[in-house]
Parts: sequence; structure tokens; C-alpha cells
Amino acid sequence: MSARARAASQGSLEEPDDEVVPYSDDETDDELQSEDDLDRSEDQLPEPETRPPPAAEPGWSVRANDREYCNQPQFKKKSNAIKTYKYNFFTFLPLNLYEQFKRAANLYFLCLLILQIIPQISTLPWYTTLVPLVLVLGITAIKDLVDDLARHRMDKEINNRKCDVLQNGRFVETRWMHLQVGDVVRLKKNDFIPADILLLSSSNPNSLCYVETAELDGETNLKFKMGLKVTDERLQEENQLAQFNALVMCEEPNNRLDKFVGTMIWDAQSYALDLDNMLLRGCKIRNTDECHGLVIFAGNDTKIMRNGGKTRFKRTLIDKLMNYMVYTIFVLLVLICAGLAIGHTYWYESIGSKAWYLYDGLGYTSSYRGFLSFWGYIIILNTMVPISLYVSVEVIRLGQNTPAKARTTTLNEQLGQIEYIFSDKTGTLTQNIMAFKKCDPTSADGVVLDRGKNVDFSWNKYADKKFQFEDNFLISSIRSKKDPQILEFFKLLSLCHTVMVEQKEDELVYQAASPDEGALVTAARNFGFVFLSRTQDTITIMEMDHEETYEVLALLDFNSDRKRMSVILRFPDGKIRLYCKGADTVIYQRLDPNSRNKETTQEALDIFANETLRTLCLCYKDISQGEYEAWSQKHQEASVSMVNREEALDVVYEEIEQNLLLIGATAIEDKLQDGVPETIAKLAKADIKIWVLTGDKKETAENIGYSCQLLTDDMKIHYGEDVNVQLRNRQTQRRNDPQGRSKKLKEKFFTETSKNALIITGGWLNEILYEKKKKRRRLRLKKLRKRHTNSTSAPDSSQPVDDWEKEKRQEDFVDMACECSAVICCRVTPKQKANVVSLVKRYKKAVTLSIGDGANDVNMIKTADIGVGISGQEGMQAVMSSDYAFAQFRYLERLLLVHGRWSYIRMCKFLRYFFYKNFAFTLVHFWFSFFNGFSSQDVNDKLSLRFPKLYLPGQQGTLFNYKNFFISLFHGIFTSLMIFFIPYGAFLQTMGQDGEAPSDYQSFAVVAASSLIITVNLQISLNTSYWTFVNCFAVLGSIAIYFGIMFDIHSAGIHVIFPTTFTFTGAASNALRQPYLWLTIILTVGICLLPVICIQFLYQTIWPSVGDKVQRNRKKYELEDDEEERKKKKPAFQRGGRSRRSAYAFSHSRGYADLIASGRSIRQRPRVRPELRESIREVPQAENI
Amino acid sequence: MVITAMMASSYSAKEEDGHHSGSAGLGGTAIRTRKPDNTAFKQQRLPAWQPILTAGTVLPAFFVIGLIFIPIGIGLYVTSNNIKEFEIDYTGTDMSSPCFNCSQSFSWNSTTPCKCILSFSLDQPFECQLTALSLCPQSNVFMYYGLSNFYQNHRRYVKSRDDSQLNGDERSLKEPSKECEPYRTNENKPIAPCGAIANSMFNDTLDLFYIDPNGTKTQIPLIKKGIAWWTDKHVKFRNPGSNPNLTAVFKETAKPVNWRKPVYELDTDPENNGFINEDFIVWMRTAALPTFRKLYRIIQKKNNMTPTLPRGNYSLEVIYNYPVRSFEGRKRMILSTISWMGGKNPFLGIAYITVGSICFFLGVVLLFIHHKYGNRNNNSDIPN
Repeated sequence: MSARARAASQGSLEEPDDEVVPYSDDETDDELQSEDDLDRSEDQLPEPETRPPPAAEPGWSVRANDREYCNQPQFKKKSNAIKTYKYNFFTFLPLNLYEQFKRAANLYFLCLLILQIIPQISTLPWYTTLVPLVLVLGITAIKDLVDDLARHRMDKEINNRKCDVLQNGRFVETRWMHLQVGDVVRLKKNDFIPADILLLSSSNPNSLCYVETAELDGETNLKFKMGLKVTDERLQEENQLAQFNALVMCEEPNNRLDKFVGTMIWDAQSYALDLDNMLLRGCKIRNTDECHGLVIFAGNDTKIMRNGGKTRFKRTLIDKLMNYMVYTIFVLLVLICAGLAIGHTYWYESIGSKAWYLYDGLGYTSSYRGFLSFWGYIIILNTMVPISLYVSVEVIRLGQNTPAKARTTTLNEQLGQIEYIFSDKTGTLTQNIMAFKKCDPTSADGVVLDRGKNVDFSWNKYADKKFQFEDNFLISSIRSKKDPQILEFFKLLSLCHTVMVEQKEDELVYQAASPDEGALVTAARNFGFVFLSRTQDTITIMEMDHEETYEVLALLDFNSDRKRMSVILRFPDGKIRLYCKGADTVIYQRLDPNSRNKETTQEALDIFANETLRTLCLCYKDISQGEYEAWSQKHQEASVSMVNREEALDVVYEEIEQNLLLIGATAIEDKLQDGVPETIAKLAKADIKIWVLTGDKKETAENIGYSCQLLTDDMKIHYGEDVNVQLRNRQTQRRNDPQGRSKKLKEKFFTETSKNALIITGGWLNEILYEKKKKRRRLRLKKLRKRHTNSTSAPDSSQPVDDWEKEKRQEDFVDMACECSAVICCRVTPKQKANVVSLVKRYKKAVTLSIGDGANDVNMIKTADIGVGISGQEGMQAVMSSDYAFAQFRYLERLLLVHGRWSYIRMCKFLRYFFYKNFAFTLVHFWFSFFNGFSSQDVNDKLSLRFPKLYLPGQQGTLFNYKNFFISLFHGIFTSLMIFFIPYGAFLQTMGQDGEAPSDYQSFAVVAASSLIITVNLQISLNTSYWTFVNCFAVLGSIAIYFGIMFDIHSAGIHVIFPTTFTFTGAASNALRQPYLWLTIILTVGICLLPVICIQFLYQTIWPSVGDKVQRNRKKYELEDDEEERKKKKPAFQRGGRSRRSAYAFSHSRGYADLIASGRSIRQRPRVRPELRESIREVPQAENI
Repeated sequence: MVITAMMASSYSAKEEDGHHSGSAGLGGTAIRTRKPDNTAFKQQRLPAWQPILTAGTVLPAFFVIGLIFIPIGIGLYVTSNNIKEFEIDYTGTDMSSPCFNCSQSFSWNSTTPCKCILSFSLDQPFECQLTALSLCPQSNVFMYYGLSNFYQNHRRYVKSRDDSQLNGDERSLKEPSKECEPYRTNENKPIAPCGAIANSMFNDTLDLFYIDPNGTKTQIPLIKKGIAWWTDKHVKFRNPGSNPNLTAVFKETAKPVNWRKPVYELDTDPENNGFINEDFIVWMRTAALPTFRKLYRIIQKKNNMTPTLPRGNYSLEVIYNYPVRSFEGRKRMILSTISWMGGKNPFLGIAYITVGSICFFLGVVLLFIHHKYGNRNNNSDIPN
């Protein structure tokens, strides 16, 4: 009986089940319903979810051991090789160039280059554009090449993994990429599964095969898969497998990790296949020595590859903004050039055409000249559209270091703009390690805590060597067997569970359905109560020094409603006892009124809860023989009942689990990664919202939410039901409001002042967002509308009227979630994770970051603006698709708050400066145009080619702040005005100290360029808030290099060698010899900078930013920090300050009780009893996936 | 009573095969190797100085700048005022102008030079006077010609030259650069010097006469050497070949279309002929602005007794060759003395004084603002 069915039976028909990971919304054929079907189902809205999926039209067929059959063209089956790289040897150049020229800037410069080749237009030699363009393209291409090579390497590594494939009757080791659909493969323990494989048989009894699905869903407990009975019996040997020739018909490849439908036809018999028979790619074989399988889907058809989502090119906000600016600049440029061209036309008409000295013999009309000069200006003013910007930005990004591995360098500054973080839970927030932390076996004796000395476990040969333990009293009281309560405590832990054990070279290996349970049993083992083995109806433990076998009369398994599990045992002495462990709330209700220790345990629970440990209460009950027999009868009846068996069983269980006697409490720590709560707190302070998206169960997720302080006690938690109601109200409100469509409802969802948190499961998410069963809904909508025109019945509020409403609903949801200070989504599929991320991206226009470690996070990592991979336990998939990768969640703090901010500020300052510089530089030409008949003479063509590069070193490592582009525009205009008009005023009608007129254009150029260089470098100095010798060197060096190069290219020697290229002979030395020109330069620089200083100072004085204040009071804050550090040393314990969270430790799924009861997992193959065999197929195991 | 057993032990669901070396191993060596080098540079921890614009630095800076700029400005202004400059426009657009006829009757083909005489008087002796501020590099008087509305900075015009040719390259002499079009060849002969700049060389001749109070005209000797940059004369411009006979050197070339004489007849002095003729060099150094002046001649001081140009009446004799009327240009003759800062230009002095004053004023305003706001903000805390 599946959980879904159980939920349905409890009457919550239209409500999604919190337990189940919902289907992803991928449309598969079986979701299509005929119109007739709809007509029928419409009347019974809301749709019951229990509707069994109609049998799939099998579109995919595989014949075992028959590659020819499987290679038939109509199937379009691919090999198992995966390809994530973009280029190969031949396609690299064309494809990469094509991609690069998709960038507007590159294309623009290509056009410029073409323009420059036309002699009538050319104002600058063509190589002035070609060289930088080639440089840009080259650098980018090399970067892409390196990236792609890494992908090639990774693909190769994966494709070359080995596995055994049956070929010509023998198993041959083959590379993954040569694997084909229809192959029979043999997998060994700890192998990754290379494709989606139908499990045929395994070395375990009943062809059971344990898999770790962490890569798929992030859950680390083992799942078991089972081969069909028929294949289990007939396909154990190599020769049998070689004869295997079944035909498997199944669904087409899709991305639904939770569903598989197929049929196997073998020897004219057909067998139904479902997900339990499938081993999915990405999982790992565990605890199974060997298994055999048939490849059904390979390579890109596998479910995990289908789930991957597309890799897309990520752009930072600044990138986008930059692009917009470049467009703006471009428009500006066109306008300016048009203006200048008109000016030129006019000038030529009135003056130029009459100036005999300008006669060029071309005979163009003045408007044609204007047209040509337009293009000429486009070329000459091209520095306004900054090609070097892209290069410089790349250089800056490369120059920055992040504390971890930055897999991409293009997103650094965006790290400073994150508003939302989407985090996976397992492996990201938590270490995925359960630690038995504390216990409270309430004892009558007084306690002396003897801490600080590790206890010697040598007396216990089964003790786990890794255990450390600090309470000698506990051990001594166990060893002395003085205190029966303590003994009972550990005995319970060793008996009441569904863990399975495997003996492996004198070592016991426990296999638990949930890591919590594993932790408890392991703890008991260390305290001398070693769980040794179990059969279908016995359990054997080592009790200190002697073995004891108990008869298991009943196993009352865990489920999330019961929140407890019990076991009824017959002791060797015949006494019957029930052991029970469960959540405190549940247990306390069922305690015997006379049970002792209630208060002390309660206290202990409070303490545990305060430390955010997950607690369990342990209790027992003695049952008389008669009582047991009576109950057993009922139990028998319930377990064979055909309707509502689950429910009936629950009632029976409830009956016996009464009047329990409390033994104590355990506390288990779902170990958080180091520093997680601190990090979350810090990030919250930075107004970054953290959403946890996890495949875990609601309880677990909520618990972790508390322990990492995402949730606090003063928060009001809203669940799916709540949210749905709220959203529905909002929707109704909108529907009733005739103008509702146009205006946006502004009022908040939560009016209370308290903090809110949202915990929502995947099922609810689908319900709320109308994501479920798209196609059917669409059909229904059509229907609904049809009907709507006939009758005036109000539309069903649970279904949207149209896409607009759906969109509104989603927007509402996002708005609502954003009002909450914490959002936790549990039981969500990888696809849903990505959907949530994209919802926030779409409706909030915010910068998002996803962090995760498993393959189930890949989609979300790719969707978010920035993806961070944790290189943790769940493999490297996430890291491969991430932009940044590091080992622990807490590094996020430094990445965002320190490096992100720095990069951001730096990049922004840089951009502003860059635009400023470009404008200042380019607009000097503009002003000059008014004095040279709009004929686009470069102020200094050789120098200009040189000096954007000149102060690149000055930009590195300095801080920039992006406020807005127009400020830099105006600043640039101002500077350029000064740089042009001050020398203009000074030069007009004057001459040098040796009588020679300095007003020749070369001297003018030298003065203007020198002023510009000094101004922009000093401007950088003003912007630099953090001076190191590197900065000093860069700024002073830039100026020095400028003068050096200038004197060099103005020298006589170089002119003699290249008389036509270097025509500035002597200009620098002649010009800069004159004090008058120096005075001009000083004045120009002064006028350019003084207003800036003045404005900056005014801002800092009157409207200081937080950063300014921090800077100003740096010393003080540093001192305060130190003090706080000292204070922090003693944590304050608030007793009862936090409400207790009764986490049932079985966090992941129900235990293996069914499995145990059926006896299938027991080492000794049970003699085949027909009735037992029959029952195997009847017990569904779907819930474990 | 509560027994709290502290256990630092852990159970990992994945450890069953011993692949992980326990939870402690997670934070161990594997991570350490992934860290970037812990150098000051990579971790951005270089020793640094963080300057902040505080009142303590900004206000004194403003006052100091003000205090420096104002004296400089005054110095510049006074110097500029001490410079003597005389300017006379001889374009001849006015009917009353003596050059009116010449300007009107100009034709490219006329062979007889048109001459006009303008008289003017200087009411001060022209000589650099040694005062406190005007250091005199030389007491010579400089004579300039000035052109207005002349776009020597036009893009195509500026490019229309062949620097190789001017540098004496014989190949370029025979095969001038394409940039020179349409002044590259004439009647199948290469033009030397080619290009629009050379073609439009200023060719008026100016002579200056001092008229004694008794009426006698004395020609003032004008020195035509030393008016170009040393680098231009000796590096940038060179006659082709080693043959001192320029006529032979330039035999295969044509003169620029608008020139009356070929390039090798610019002067009789071989040191000032051909491409190294200084008038030519000065012309070839194109001006930045459409109104410009170029050095024409130097008037040297004869002796210590008399000023270089004494007070009195002068006459300027112009041989009017250069047409500017078509593009509404103007021609001027300028006489000027020179100080340490060059010629007369009050702009920079005024600008310095203005900027200095504004700085000083701003200093006061900022001081006031700082007094009013500064303390308030210094104390306010940062909201966390």
C-alpha cells in the first residue's frame, strides 16, 4: 500500500500528499486523455489522485542480447556515450567565431574593420581595429578552448569507465560508451550504474539489489531494487544470461525519475515492469556483490540525463547592463556622428568648398561628403564603444581570486548582488552524518559525570574503532549491570529497529533505511548490545557477553502518521515485551499514567531540543500471553484485509501501543556542516534570503530549518494548505474585481508583524502553481471555457481560467514567499527545484544563487544566475555544472560577503571609470571637430592607439563603484571639455618662449594627451580606497610609461627609421620644454579633479554611506570585533527557550519492516514456500523512491 | 536525574565500506590542498594604505591649492601684460585698405607681383623689459604671419603630405605617397614637395621699414633662419641625396601647382633651400586651430643702446601672393616680444586666478559644511 493510497484513504482526496515526491510536469503520452475521458472525469472534480495511470503505449522496445534489433533506425537509439563538450577539432574555429560574433560588440568591430578598409571613409589605419579585435577574439577563444578541453576530459573519463558486458556468451570488460541498448551487463559492488538498466538478477537473495540514489534525489539511505521472480530464478549464470532473449516494451525515454512502465515478453509470457526493477544511471550499487541487468535506456536517453536541463550561457547583471550601455553608447555615437556629419556638410558648403587649399579633386557634393564623414566619425569615435572593455573586464575577472575553485570567471561581480540563495539540504547544509549524541536513560541512581577521558572500549570486540566517548560513568554502570534501566535502554536500541546486518570479514555492516536508525543501532553496539543477525522471525543480539536470540512476534513499522515503531518480542524466558521508540509527542500520549521518569526525561528532551538534536523517546511494555494472543488475532485479520489494510493495521497497532513505560530519550544530531547557522545568520543580515529546496521529508527539512536557525521560534510557519487558501482568496479577490486584471494587488499576504516562514511540499507546490498535468488541464480548460459560455457557473477556484491567471498565481506565490523570512520546499523533484528558482528569477528580477552537491541539484544550479557546487559526498555532478565549487557551505559567506562584494564594487568602479575615461578621451575629438571643419582629425592618432592599454595596469586591483552610467557620461563630458578648452584658451594666439608658435597641432596633442593621462590616473587614485604598492606602481608606472613611450616615439631616431609612421618628431621635447605648457597641464588637471574631490567630500560629509562610516571608524570597529570574539566564547544556555522538536529519527522513509517480514533479505535462502512467494509481488515498495 | 553521555562518535550512512576515513577526514587533507596559495597577494592582504577624504586632508588641500594658484595666476597675468604685441591685418577686404586692389585682382596666373604698403606706428619701444616677473630669454622681437579661418587641421589636408619624401627619401621623391593626391603628380612628373599642405604654402613676402621722424625709410633686417624647430630642420626634413646641387636633384620633379618657383629656388642659401627651407618647414608644421600664427622672421637687437624696435612709425611692404578672400580668411602680421611664458595671452593667468579663488572659496564653504555636518555623522552608528 503506497503512501499516496494511504493518504487517499484518509479522506484528503484533493490535497496533495506531503510524503510523496510529485511527478515532474513533463508531459508524457500517458497523460493525454481523450475528450470522452474528460467529459466523464469532469463531473467528479476534484480529480482523485489515485487514478491509476493508463497503460502506456509502448513506444520503445528492447530485445535482450540483440544489438541488431535495437539498432533499428526507427528507434533512434543512441550509444551510451555522453557528450557535453561543444566543439571538436574541426568545428572549433567556425563555431567559436560564430558564437563570438553573436556578441554585439565583436560584430560592431568587425563592421568597423570593414568600414576602415574603404579608403574614402578610412580615418584610421585598418590595423588599429584589427589588432585589438584579433586580440579579443583570440583571448576569448583560448579561454573557451581550455573550458572545452576540460569538458572533453571529463566526458572521456566517464565514457571510458568500465563495466562488464555480455558479448558472445561471455562477460567482457567494456567501456561505458560502447554499451548499447539491449546489452546485458554485470555490475559489481560500488559501481556506478552506467545506463538505465532493468535488473535481472543479483547475488543477493531474491535478486535484491541495494542502490544509493544520492545522485538522483539527494537521499543517502539505500534503496532496494528487485529483479522479477522469473529472471531471478532463471538468469543467475552466465550461460543462462547469454540465452536470455526477452523483448521489453516500455515507455519512451523521459525525465520522470519516479515512474517507469513496461512489459517484458519472454517465452510467450508477459511480465509487468515498474520502477522497482530499474537501476537508474547515476546511482551506485551498494551492498550487493554482483548484479545483472539489461540496458533499456542509454546515454542521453537515461532519466538522469533527461533531467539535466540545458546548459546555458550565464550572464551577469552587469554584463547585461553593460550591453545595454553599449547599445546606448552606440545610439549616442550615431547621433553624434550624424550631428557632426551635418556640421561637416554645412561647413563644407559654406567654407570648405571655397577653400582652394583643400581642393582634393574628387568633386563630391557636400552632402556626399557629409555622408562619408559620418562613417569616418563612426570609426574615429569608436573608442566610445569600448572594445577593450570586454577584454579589460575579462582581465579583471581573471585577476581576482576566490577562496575556492571558480569554474567560471565571468560571474565574479555578480556574487556581490545575490538576493536569493537556493540551497539543497543534504550534503550542503548537513554533512549527511548522523551522530548519536546524547542519551538519557533515566536512572534511579545519582550521577557523577566523569568527563574528559575517553573510554576504553577494548572489552567490546564489536565496538566500532571510530567511536569516542566521554562518560565513563555510563560505561561502568553498564558493565557492572547495576542499573537495569540503562541496560534496558540499550537493549531496546539493539532490538527495536529494522536495520539489516551483513557479516563481512569479521566485521558487522549495518544497513539501515534511515541513517538515524543506523546511528542508534551502532551506538547500542558500542555500549555492548550488539545486533548480530536477524531472520524472518528472530533477532539475535550480543548482550554484553552472551548471545541471546529473541523471537520477533510482530514488527510495527514506522510511518509518518504513527511517528513511532515498535517490536513485540518473545524473550528466551517466554516473557513477551513490546519495545517502542518514537517521537516524544506521540509517546507521551501513550505512556502509562504510572510511568516513572516523565519529568526528568522531559527535562532532558528540553535540553536536547535546545541543542537542536533530534530526539526519540524509548519505552517498553510487558504483555501477557493472553493479551498478546487476542491482539495477534486482530493483527492477523487486519493484515489480510483487502480494503484499507494500512488503516486497519494502524488501528490495531494503536491498540497495543498503550500504557507504555518510559525508559529514556536519545538525541541524534543530523550533523550540520561547519558554521552553517553562523553563515545563514550573516547572510540574512546582508538581506540575502535563503530558500531550502530538498527532496527530504517535511519533518526532516523543518528540523534542519530549526537547527541551522533558518527557522526560529518566533516565526509563524505556514504550510501548503495555508498557502493555498491564501492564494485562492487572492485569486477570488482578483476575479471579483473587474479591474483586477490591470492593477496589481499590493497589500501583503501576512499582516501580522511576526516573522513568517513557509514550508511547502512538492505536491502542494504543483497544486499551487497549477503545474500538474499540464496537458490534461489544457484540455479541461478548453472544455471549461466551452461550458462557461453555456452556463454561468463560477469557474472552479482550484483551476486557473487561462494562462494569465496561472501567471498571476505564480507571481502571488513568489510575492508571498518573499514576504517570509524563510522558505523551505521539501519533497521536490530536481525539476521543481529548477522551477522554483526560475520563478523567483522571473517575477523578482533578482539575482539568484543555487548551491547544492548532488546530481539532483544540477538543474537548479544551471538555472540560477550563479550555481555553486559543493564538492561533497554526493559525487561530482553538481560541481561539474556549477560556476563555483567549494567544499563547504560556510565558504559561501566569504565568497559572497567578501569576495563577491569586492568583485562587484571593483567591477562597478571599473566600469564607471572606464566609461568616464572613454568619454573623456573620445569627446576631446568631438570638441576638436568644431575647430577643424568637422573633418574628424584625430588629436593624436599614434598615441591614442597606445594609451588605452597604457593604463590598464592602473585599473587592476583598484576599486570602482557603479552608480550610474550617466554620471560617468557627464563626468566624461566635463573632463573632455576641460581637456580640450583649457589648452585651447591657452594656445589661442600665443607662442612659445623661443618665439616658435606652440599652437601647431602636435604640441596641442601632446598637451591634451598628457593632461588626459595625468587626469585619468589621478582620478583612479581618487577612486582607489585601498592603496598597495601594486596600485602605486600601477598609477605612477602608467604615467611614467606614458611619458616614456611618448618621448620614445617622438624621438629623432625612430623618425629616421619610419619617417611616415612616426611623424611626431621632437613634438614632446619641444612642447614639454615650455613651462607655459606645463602650467596649462597642471591647470587642466586641477580643474578636472577639484570638483570631483569637492563632491566626494561633500557626499561623505553630508550623506556618508555605510562603507564610508566603516572606513572612517575602522579602528574602532576592529577593536569592537575583537571584544565580541572574546565574549562569544561562553555560549549562553537558555533553558526551555526553544520549543521542543520531536523529530522522529526515521527521517527518510519507512523502515525495512515489510522486507524483513517477507523474509526476502535474509541471508539463508528460505525454502521456497509457495504462499510466501506469492506475497512478494503484492507488497509494493514504491515508496522508497 | 539525567545522564548526559557525550559522544563525539558518529555514524555515517556511507561508511560501511570504509571508503571515508571517518567524519574527521572530511575537513582534513583533501580540503587543504584545494585552498589557494596563502600569499598576501592572492588573498588580497597586501599591506595597504587607505586614504579617506577627511576634512583634515581635503580642506588644507583646497586652501593650499588656492594659495599656490593665485600667485601663479597673477604672475602669468602680469607677465602677459608686459609683453608687447602689435598686430596688423592686411587682408585688404576693406576698400580703404592699401591691399584692397591686390586682394581683388588676385589671379593664380598673374606673373607680376602685387605689392601693397601699410604704415603703422608703435607707441612703445618693442623689447623685452626685465622686470621682476618677465624673465627675458631674449630681447629679440618676433614677426609672425597669422591666418584666420584657415583649416590647416582638416583631416585630408593634414594627411596630404609625404614625410618620407620630406625626409629625403629618393624613392618617395620619384614615387610620392598616395596620400598626396591630387597633388601627387603634374604632367607625369612627381611633385616635390607633394601634397596639399605644401601646395598651399604661404608665399606673401613681408618687409618692415622704420620711418625716421625725418622721413627716411630704413629697412629692418629680418632674420629668416632659426625660426623652425631644431628637430624639424635637422631630423625631419632633409634634402634628397648628397648632391649639393639641388637643381640637379629635383630635375625630374615638378613644382607644386600653386607655387611660382620650384622648391630648389626658395632661397639662395644652400642651408635654407629645398626641403630644409625654414619658411617651408614652419608651414609644414600644421596648426591645431583654424586661427593660427606662424613665425615669419626674427628681428635681432642691434646693440644695447637702442631697443630692438624703437617707438615710431613703420611701414609694412607686402608682396601680396596669397589668396584668402575666397574662403573669407584673414591675413595678419604680428610683432611680439617674448617672455618666459611665451607670447601674450592673459587667458592662463586669469584662469589660474579664477581657479585659485574658487578653491579658496570652496575651502571656506567646505569648512563651514564640515563644521555643520561632520561631527554629527562621525558619531552616528551604523545600523546593523
